Amino acid sequence: MTVPATEARGACRAADGRLARARRVRLTGTGRPAWSALVVLIAAIVCIPVVAVLVEALASVGDSAWPRGLGEMVVTTVALLAAVALGTTVLGVGLAWLVTAYDFPGRRWLSWLLVLPLAMPAYVLGFLVLSTFGPAGGPARAARATVGTSGFVEWLSGPLGAPVVLSLTLYPYVYLLSRAAFRGQGQVTWDAARMLGASPWRAFRQVLLPLARPAIAGGLAVVMMETLTDFATVQYFTVRTVSVGVYLTWKGSFDFASAAQLSVLVLAFAVLVLTGERILRGGARYDARGGHRPPAAPTVLTGAARWWAAAAAWSVLLLAFVLPVARLVWWAVTATAADSSSLSTGRFAMNLANSGVMAALAALACVGLALVVTHGVRVTGGRLARAAAQLTTFGYAVPGAVIGIGVLVAFAALDGWLEALGVAGGTGLVVTGSVLGILASYVVRFLAPAYQAVDASFATISPSVTNSAFSLGSSPWRVLRRVHLPLSRSGIAVALVLVAVDAVKELPLVLLLRPFGFTTLSVSVYELANENFWEQAALPALLIVALAIVPVYFLVRQVRLAEPHRQELS
Amino acid sequence: MPSRRPTRAALAGVAALAVTAPLAGCGVLGIGGSNADLQIYSARHYALEGAFKDFQDETGISIEFISGNDAELLQRIKAEGADGEADVFMTVDAGNLWNAAQQDVLKPLQSPALDKAVPADLRDSENRWFGLAMRARTTTYNPDKVKPADFDPKDTYAGLADPKWKGRLCMRDATSAYTQSLVASLIGLEGREKTLEIVKGWVANGVQIKSNDVELIKAIDAGTCDVGITNHYYVARELKKNPNLKVKLYWASQQGAGTHVNISGAGVVKTSDNAAQAQQLIEWLATKGQSAFVDGNHEYPVNPDVKPEPMIAKFGEFKRMPLSAEAYGSQNAEAVELLAEAGYK
Repeated sequence: MTVPATEARGACRAADGRLARARRVRLTGTGRPAWSALVVLIAAIVCIPVVAVLVEALASVGDSAWPRGLGEMVVTTVALLAAVALGTTVLGVGLAWLVTAYDFPGRRWLSWLLVLPLAMPAYVLGFLVLSTFGPAGGPARAARATVGTSGFVEWLSGPLGAPVVLSLTLYPYVYLLSRAAFRGQGQVTWDAARMLGASPWRAFRQVLLPLARPAIAGGLAVVMMETLTDFATVQYFTVRTVSVGVYLTWKGSFDFASAAQLSVLVLAFAVLVLTGERILRGGARYDARGGHRPPAAPTVLTGAARWWAAAAAWSVLLLAFVLPVARLVWWAVTATAADSSSLSTGRFAMNLANSGVMAALAALACVGLALVVTHGVRVTGGRLARAAAQLTTFGYAVPGAVIGIGVLVAFAALDGWLEALGVAGGTGLVVTGSVLGILASYVVRFLAPAYQAVDASFATISPSVTNSAFSLGSSPWRVLRRVHLPLSRSGIAVALVLVAVDAVKELPLVLLLRPFGFTTLSVSVYELANENFWEQAALPALLIVALAIVPVYFLVRQVRLAEPHRQELS
Repeated sequence: MPSRRPTRAALAGVAALAVTAPLAGCGVLGIGGSNADLQIYSARHYALEGAFKDFQDETGISIEFISGNDAELLQRIKAEGADGEADVFMTVDAGNLWNAAQQDVLKPLQSPALDKAVPADLRDSENRWFGLAMRARTTTYNPDKVKPADFDPKDTYAGLADPKWKGRLCMRDATSAYTQSLVASLIGLEGREKTLEIVKGWVANGVQIKSNDVELIKAIDAGTCDVGITNHYYVARELKKNPNLKVKLYWASQQGAGTHVNISGAGVVKTSDNAAQAQQLIEWLATKGQSAFVDGNHEYPVNPDVKPEPMIAKFGEFKRMPLSAEAYGSQNAEAVELLAEAGYK
C-alpha cells in the first residue's frame, strides 16, 4: 500500500475516463453511419402517412373549431385508459404469476390456454356482452323474474362494460410478456430469493415484479395504444373517447380536416403513453446471464387454495373465450339452420385465404423491419437511431382509418410528382388497385407491437455479447444473423404472432384500401354486423378467431419447447 | 439446439402460406384487378348482390362493388382522382348524398326516366344524385304499456319531451347517423332553439341510450323501455323473425309535418369511364329494379308506381315529412353540436 489513496483514486478516475470515452465512441456509432441511415430511412417511410395527415390537418387550421365536449372526451379517454391498464395488469400479471409460481389443477394447460383471448376481437366480444347482458338478454330477464330487478346484470351493457371487454381481450399482451419475464430472466433470481427464505409473495413483490417491470410496461404500452385507437367497441357501450370524437367530427360534420386535427390529440396521448413506458422501464436494464436454467419447482397448492387458484384462472378463460365462442357457435348454427345458403357457396373460403395471406405478409414485413431497426439501434447505439426507432411506433397510435387516408394522400402526392417528372401514368392505381396499400398501411400501424416485442428481447442480450462479436471481427449483418437473431427468437416469435393476430382482426384499413374483389373475414363481419345481422356474422367472426388461433398455436409451441421442463431433467 | 426448430417451422409455415395461397385462386389478394363493366363504391350493404345480379341478367352489363364507410369511400374517390375505377357512388342518408355533390365528385345526369320515377324532393336539384330507397324513422312502443292515444299526433317527436315519458324512453346514441339526421330535420322544421328544447326534454326524461336499433327494439319487447324511435325496417325484420314481439309502430306527426324519412341513393362518379351504363343502372334501380333493390330490406320504394312489400304494407300508409337533403347535410354538423350541448350521449 505504498500508493496514496488519493493517487489511487485519481488513477481509477483516469481509467474510468478512458473507459467512458471508449464507450462513447461505440455508442455514438461513428463507425456505422449506414445503419443509422437505414433506421432513419425506415422511420421516415413509416411516418410519411402520419405526416401527410398532419399536413392536411394543419393546412386548414383556424377555420374549424374543436368539437363541443372535448374536455369530457379527454377525461373519458383518461378514465378508460386507467381502467383498462388496471384490468389488464391485474389479469395479465396476476395470471402470469399464478401459473408460474403455483401448481394447481390444469396449470400446464392454462399457461397457454390463457393466451387464447388474444384471438377474440374486442368488437366481437363487445357485441356479445351487449346482447347478452342488455335488458333484453337472458340473465336480465331471469333476474327480473326472480328478484325483481336487473340492474346488477345490466351494468355490463352500460359504459362500464367497455373497460371490462377491453381488459378481457387485451390482457394477453401483458400476460405473455410478463410470463416470459417471470420464467426467463427472473427465474434465477426467484430461485435465489426462495432459497434465501423469502415467501412466494415476497419474492414476487420484491424481486420478480421489479425485474419484470420493463416487460409489463411494454405489454401495457401495446394495450394502451389498442385502447386509444379503438372506436367500435367503445361505441357499443356509448363511451365517447377522443377517437370516437374523430369519427363524429369526420362523419357527422363532413369535416376531414378537423377530424385530422383531432387525431393529433390521439397522437399526443400516445406520446404520453410511450413516455410513461420509458419512465416505467426506467434506466434499468436486466440482462440475462448465461443460458436457460431449469425452473424452480412451483409451490404445490393444497386444500382450498388449490381450487381457488384453479377457479380464478379458469373463470377468466371461460368469460373471455369459451363462453363467447360457444355463443358464436350457437348463433352460427341457428343462422345456418334458418338460411343454409350462407354456407352452401363457401363464400367465406376466399375471405379466409385473403385474411390468412395478408396476416402472414404483414407479420413478415413488420417483424423484418422491426429486427433491422432494433439491430440498427444496438449496433450504432446513437441517440439519432433510437429517436428514429421511437418514431416508427407512432403509427400504432393513429386510428386505422386516418392512416388509411394518410396512405392514400401520400401515394396521390407521389403519383402527382411522378407525372410531373414525366412518368406517364405515375404510380397508377398502385394503392387501391392492389393489396400493396393495405400492406403498406399495416406496416405503418403494426411496426410498433413488432418493435416492442423484438426490442424487449434485445434488452435481455447484454451489450457485452454484441461487443464480443464485434471484437471478434464480425460484420453487423453477421452479428444480426449469428448472434442477435438466435438470441432474440422468442421476441421474434411473439412479434410475428402479435402482428399476425392484429392483422387478422384489423378492419378500417382493409375496408378503405381494398381493391375490387378483395374481401377479408373482418370485412364480412363488418358488412353483416353493420346491418345488425349478428347471427349471420357469427360464422365469419368464428373464422377470425380460428385463424388467429393458428399463430397463437405456433407461439405456444415455441414457448413450450424453448422452456426446459422439470420433468425432462429430473 | 432443438428449441430453434419451432421458430423455423413457424416462419416456414407463414412463408409457405404467403407464397402458395395467391396461387390457389386468382381472386386472392384481388390480383387481376377489375374486369366488370361497372364498378360501384357503396356505403349501403343491404341486399345489393340480388339486385345487381338481376340487372346483369337483364342487360348483360356486369357489376362489381366494394362496400365501406361513406366518409372513407368519398376520400378514396377524391384521392384516386382520374386513376379511379369508380363509376357509381351509392350511399345511405340524404346528408351524405348532398355532401358528395358538394365535394364535386358526382356528375349531373339528363334523364327523363329518373325525373319521372323519383319525386322531386328525393333527388338533387341539379340531378347529381337520386334517391332509390326510403326509410322512415318513427316511434315504436310496447302495446302492453302504451296506447296510441298517448302520443302527440301533431308533433310526436317533440311530444316525447313531455314529463309523462320520464324513465320510459329509449333512443339511439348521438354518434348514430339516424339520430343526427332526425335532429337535423327537426332543426329545419322547428328552428334551433325549439329543437334544443326538445332534445333537452328527452334528456330530462332520462332517455336510455342504445347503440343499435335491434337492441332498442328488444328492450321495448322486454319492457325495459316503453317507447323508442327506430327505423321502420328493423321493426319489420324483427317481427318477421318473431311475430309475437311486443313491439308496435306508431306513425309520428301524422296530423302535423309527417314522419321523418331518409333515403339511400346513388349518383354517377365524375371520373367514370362508363357513364352511360352507370346511368342505365341507376335508371333501372329506380324503375324495374325498385322491388329487387328495396324489398330485401323492407324499405319503401321511392317510385310512387311501385308497391311496398307485404310485410311493411301492413304498417299502413303514412304521411312523410318533405325531405330536404340540403338541410340534412348542411345542418348535420349543427345537429351534432346541438346534441352535445343538450347533454345527449
